[in-house]
Amino acid sequence: MSITVNLPSVLAAHAGGARSVIATGRTLGEAVADVAARYPALGPRLRDEAGKPYRFVVFYVNDEDVRFRGGFDAPVQDGDEVTVIPAIAGG
Amino acid sequence: MTITAAPVTRRLSLAARPLRCRNCGAVREAAPVAICDACLGPLEPVYDSGRRLPDRAAIGARVPSLWRYKEWLPFDGEPVRSLDSGFTPLVEAPALARRLGVGRAWVKNDTVCHPSLSFKDRVVAAALNAAAAFGIDTVGCASTGNLANAVAAHAARAGLKAWIFIPDELEAGKVIGTSVYGSKLVRVRGTYDDVNRLCAQVADRFGWGIVNVNLRAYYGEGSKTLAYEIAEQLGWRLPSAVIAPMAGGSLVSKLHKGFGEFLAAGLVAGPAPRLYGAQAAGCAPIVQLVERGGDQIEPVAPRTICRSLAIGNPADGVFAARAIRDSGGWASAVSDAELVDGIRWLAQDTGVFGETAGGVTVAAALSLARAGRLRGDDEVVLCITGHGLKTIEAVGGALGEAPVIAPRLREVAALVERPHPLTPSPQGGEGERA
Repeated sequence: MSITVNLPSVLAAHAGGARSVIATGRTLGEAVADVAARYPALGPRLRDEAGKPYRFVVFYVNDEDVRFRGGFDAPVQDGDEVTVIPAIAGG
Repeated sequence: MTITAAPVTRRLSLAARPLRCRNCGAVREAAPVAICDACLGPLEPVYDSGRRLPDRAAIGARVPSLWRYKEWLPFDGEPVRSLDSGFTPLVEAPALARRLGVGRAWVKNDTVCHPSLSFKDRVVAAALNAAAAFGIDTVGCASTGNLANAVAAHAARAGLKAWIFIPDELEAGKVIGTSVYGSKLVRVRGTYDDVNRLCAQVADRFGWGIVNVNLRAYYGEGSKTLAYEIAEQLGWRLPSAVIAPMAGGSLVSKLHKGFGEFLAAGLVAGPAPRLYGAQAAGCAPIVQLVERGGDQIEPVAPRTICRSLAIGNPADGVFAARAIRDSGGWASAVSDAELVDGIRWLAQDTGVFGETAGGVTVAAALSLARAGRLRGDDEVVLCITGHGLKTIEAVGGALGEAPVIAPRLREVAALVERPHPLTPSPQGGEGERA
């Protein structure tokens, strides 16, 4: 299982400058947990203390807002691309 | 003897203000960034609390543009671009007041905002001055249309390159009203929310000044000038209620901030107006948040002809809902049929032709009045934020065909003698006015 997680530059700074990282997991939540385990500084910027998506980022799986797909319960599979976008933009 | 020209140093007398995170309070130097490095919360400009503020007379003596309130805009020094935007008419609307059953009503007529006929001229004026302060030569936006028009127009005048991203299915007026200025216009297959996500990535990759992404902290402050103008144009006092359309939610939250700043400066006396937000029922995530309570937006997939408000994932939705509740106001969502009627009521009651968002605002005002949220002694300002010629598709089908006649007097006489009106009134309109 190999999922690509794309990071905005503001988060890349917390991942040693990596603009994308590889993760494993069957759900988005598992993939995020995997990333957080390897990049501890990213963890609190991806999920809150309750284990929910952090309120200032939005996750997309293959360009679809995961809030329409069950949030962290959204299933992911090999080859999927997860994109993290800061929540404060647009409008 | 050789004469050498002295080196010319062009020193810009404009600087952008520093930024502070609304979530964690961290302060950083001015920069074309809109989110906090540490917590990813939204940034907003920090003003010097010791700055010298003008009084009513000093403001009143200034040029009639939004820059007459420059002490409340996020710059030090003098603006260099878009100097003539803002200060649109505040039009008293007695027929609309009667329709709503309120004491008095006014239309804040941003359909004639200069140069692109929507309130987005205000925010773009702020954003392009921020771009000047940062030396950015390429600007852009994600837009549902009005912002596209504004960025294209202001960038053309300023000699900047512009990349403008819109959903592929926008009204012709919004598309042509952008491409005419020579910008690079890109139509993206998808909704505004798809375009917005793309532009967050574009800003991150190319380092452009995307006005509503990385210049957002400066851009948003331009909306406050609507509140300042309402206060000044009412004779330095506040209305009891203000109704505004909501897309991303920024306008309502900036109205709240703007009225609060003028109260704090002692330019007007309280109480602050109750703020009411209007959305189309097919895309009403902020109305739902106001009604439901809580502090999380639940995004929706937009389904409405009101494309200018079709933002399913509003960036400032939480702040807008909070401003509405704190002010003692409320929010209302109206159907597409109601918004079309709203456009016609506005035109027929006030002589102002608003776009779909204006129809939403008028229809929501009527719905709030019927629900008892507007009172008989209220003084209500409706923010009409964009011109109706931009969205003629929405209303055209609801209007009757004008008769075609030969150039003969008897054919006119036949029309004059006809018992029914030339064009049908909006549903229920005549009865209510009788």
